[in-house]
Amino acid sequence: MTSHANNMPLEYKTQQSQMNILGFWVFLGAEIVLFSTLFASYFVLEHNTAGGPTGQDIFILKDVLIETFLLLTSSFTCGLAIHSMRSHHKTGLMVWTIVTLLLGAGFLYMEINEFIHYVHEGASIQTSGFTAAFFTLLGTHGAHVTFGIFWISLLLIQLARRGITEKTASKFFIASLYWHFLDVVWIFIFTFVYLKGMVM
Amino acid sequence: MSLDEFFVTGDPLILASQIAIGLTMIGLIALITYLKRWKWLWNEWFTTVDHKKIGIMYIISGVLMFFRGGVDGLLMKAQTSRPELEFLDAQHYDEIFTTHGVIMILFMAMPLLIGLMNVVIPLQIGARDVAFPKLNALSFWLFFAGAMLFNVSFVIGGSPDAGWTSYFPLAGKEFTPGVGNNYYAIALQIAGIGTLATGINFVVTIIKMRAPGMTWMRLPIFVWSTFITSIIIVAAFPIFTVALAYMTLDRLFGTHFFTVANGGDPMLWLNLFWLWGHPEVYIVVLPAFGMFSEVIATFARKNLYGYKSMVYAVAGIAFLSMLVWVHHFYTMGNSAAVNSIFSLTTMMIAIPTGVKIFNWLFTLRKGRIEFSTAMLWSLAFIPCFTIGGVTGVMLAMAAADYQYHNTMFLVAHFHYVLIPGVVFAVFAGLYYWWPKMFGFKLNEKIGKWHFWLFVIGFNMTFMPMFFVGLDGMSRRMYTYSASTGWAGWLGFSAIGSIILAAGFAALCYNIYWSFRYASRDVGNDPWNGRTLEWATASPAPHYNFAKVPEVDRLDAYWYMKKEGNTGLKKSDLKPVHMPSNSWTPIFLAVVFGVVGFFLVFEWFTLAILASIGIVVGLVANSFDYDDGYHISVEELADEEREWRGDLQ
Amino acid sequence: MSTKTNHFPWNHLIGFVLSIALTLLAVFVAFNTDFSKTVIVWVIGILAIFQALIQLFMFMHVTEGKEGMINVVNMVYSIFLALVIVFGSIWVLTSGHAAMH
Ligand code: HEM
Ligand SMILES: [Cu+2]
Repeated sequence: MTSHANNMPLEYKTQQSQMNILGFWVFLGAEIVLFSTLFASYFVLEHNTAGGPTGQDIFILKDVLIETFLLLTSSFTCGLAIHSMRSHHKTGLMVWTIVTLLLGAGFLYMEINEFIHYVHEGASIQTSGFTAAFFTLLGTHGAHVTFGIFWISLLLIQLARRGITEKTASKFFIASLYWHFLDVVWIFIFTFVYLKGMVM
Repeated sequence: MSLDEFFVTGDPLILASQIAIGLTMIGLIALITYLKRWKWLWNEWFTTVDHKKIGIMYIISGVLMFFRGGVDGLLMKAQTSRPELEFLDAQHYDEIFTTHGVIMILFMAMPLLIGLMNVVIPLQIGARDVAFPKLNALSFWLFFAGAMLFNVSFVIGGSPDAGWTSYFPLAGKEFTPGVGNNYYAIALQIAGIGTLATGINFVVTIIKMRAPGMTWMRLPIFVWSTFITSIIIVAAFPIFTVALAYMTLDRLFGTHFFTVANGGDPMLWLNLFWLWGHPEVYIVVLPAFGMFSEVIATFARKNLYGYKSMVYAVAGIAFLSMLVWVHHFYTMGNSAAVNSIFSLTTMMIAIPTGVKIFNWLFTLRKGRIEFSTAMLWSLAFIPCFTIGGVTGVMLAMAAADYQYHNTMFLVAHFHYVLIPGVVFAVFAGLYYWWPKMFGFKLNEKIGKWHFWLFVIGFNMTFMPMFFVGLDGMSRRMYTYSASTGWAGWLGFSAIGSIILAAGFAALCYNIYWSFRYASRDVGNDPWNGRTLEWATASPAPHYNFAKVPEVDRLDAYWYMKKEGNTGLKKSDLKPVHMPSNSWTPIFLAVVFGVVGFFLVFEWFTLAILASIGIVVGLVANSFDYDDGYHISVEELADEEREWRGDLQ
Repeated sequence: MSTKTNHFPWNHLIGFVLSIALTLLAVFVAFNTDFSKTVIVWVIGILAIFQALIQLFMFMHVTEGKEGMINVVNMVYSIFLALVIVFGSIWVLTSGHAAMH
């Protein structure tokens, strides 16, 4: 089953790994559609605040910026993890991955606090069309991050047991695609939900 | 909640069904236990990852669902057969057209098509299985869990009743407080995840697993249409996922996505539903087009006319299918610009569709046509579908649609598209590929009965709907007064539906008869086929091909036969790698079904507890490093000798 | 693309610095300039697209592997879908009757 293209990184070695990676890209295509739908609905409902708070009333730039930097940095360290993996550097892969997950957890912590703050301000998911769309868009992203943290933790256990093999390498590579993708989604949330919400 | 709220009570029809379902279940379990078949079921079917078996399970479920949806259809026809009948009341009629629509599209058309795709695609591209066999099993079981959950609504808790489109605000908690529409939101979600996974699976399978030499322009046309269909699945299903999630949040957690008050927007549901819903109709019709193309080429003994234009037409249809969704709600107060643009894009779809019709006709021209049952379905499809298509273009004109919208004319139109386009195709595909699945043919003579009864019944049932529709009868009307003058048409239509049902009965009888009596000696290539699936034994062995064939042009097998190189050398054999069975797909699907059921009743603690099962399944899956197993050359040679005689 | 990539990960570092810079630039444009709101949204939107492309090319290596071309087509198509869904929905739901209240 192995197609020996010599200069291929480990994670592309077997036909099955290549298919897994390709399949994951196709899945990311579906994720783009999913998030576009969430964004589209948000844009449609954005101004339907039904007397409740608007984005401008509740968003806090500082917190959002911290979240953004945490996530951007985690995307960077995730890239470093894969870089180590490609140099067959197991400890590097481990350490950078753990750093990535910690940054991700920091992001989640900030986000949960942010949500609690909004609820105190009178903006819960049931308040209006705007809050429903807002919390669902953000919540879906946050749920993805949460899922990613658990998933990648499982991969770390497998890495500790098995080392960098064709299989673990392709699993880590796929997880890294997922993680970077969440960063891409966040960039759009940051821009079109927060910044736009605060200036318009 | 008391027990008589939990079970649907007070209706003799439903009571009878409850008893019947209960008895059937007990009977089945007793039978399997008596025959000591549990282990066999578990090992050979429930945990299988073999695409052919998964395909067969899809097909069995699809046929069962066709029965359920068909009974719904007959009940509606009975109710409107005479004016002012009291057979079904308004509420009951609402529930029935809702479950009929949902079941026919999502639990009949989808699994039958995906089932045939599963059986045929890997064989047609010369692959050993799909790209992700375990995911494929998960797809099936999620679909199955969704379908069962949806069907349970009719005896436990109550059926959804807001139409298969579940428009808001009607589908919101305010107007339909029961659990019926919770079933809709959650069961379709579960099945939808399975379908999305199927889409991804087939995209990758077709990109990565084609036989050596099978370049894109040498793909059998059914593979092309499946490929494009899978792309549309990946493009469209996530939209439905989101829409259903919003619906669930609105109904279970009191949010305001689609409500009238508090800044919700019911129009958003419509918009999202049809953003998915229109591509969905192409998802069900494109594979069907592919099947007709294969059948027509085989039984006209010619290569498909205009292969390349066929491919471009399918791709064009797929592209346009994402750009037309508003034609389902022209009358809901869009701006003139919106309606005009969507009118245009909609009418443009007629162009590639027309190309396909002409290609089929030119393939038939001067062919040596063999009127097998599969071919008859394909031939009947062309005129019937054209009626559906032409009336579709009528509906596409926004201004005219103000007249037709939500009338029986529309109902007649989409049945004229869906029944020839999907049901005829599935029938053609079943008759055609049956020997590849089971090693015997369906009886051709009973097949002709099936065909004529069904086609005549179909036209009698639905043709009158065009006329009553033009005469002002709106859809989803449970009764009408004699003074409307529709009684004649609708009575005729009801008789037609009985003939239609007789056609379906003939199919069931045919399956039964053929299982018992049909000759098992059909060879690997009973129809003189053109594509690779006919190059291996019937039924196809679990490893599909002892040696993956090499392809040097379109219709490769046809030329292999001509040039006499269909033999197999023992020296060419190599051990074949096979994936192992897995319990995680069925386990996960059962848990999803249970969680879904608890969510329907808003029993959140139970739902959360049950979700632990999902975590268990996912973790088990992540730690699963099973590499499958190999079939040795000796075993391969033995199995191949069984149908080839001696190897070269 | 080679098996041994022991060199310093320059392109990750550049990507990271760029994304931080682009983020700060977007904040600056949003809060400290006198552009009209429409202009601001366009500018920060374009900055976001740049950042997304950085992730896609410098971190995710879309073009890598045997299926590089297919990945690119996949992404282009997905972006097309995203635009249809977002702008289509906004257009349909905020013109016509919906616009009148
Ligand atoms: C077996 C023969 C069938 C019969 C007798 C039948 C009959 C009917 C009838 C009477 C209605 C309701 C009309 C109304 O009062 O509004 C209906 C609706 C519908 N049918 Fe069928 N039908 C059949 C097959 C199919 C098939 C094969 C499909 C799809 C693949 C299908 C899809 C639908 C849909 C989507 C609706 C709309 C449901 C709604 O209004 O929400 N039907 N059908
Ligand atoms: Cu449509």
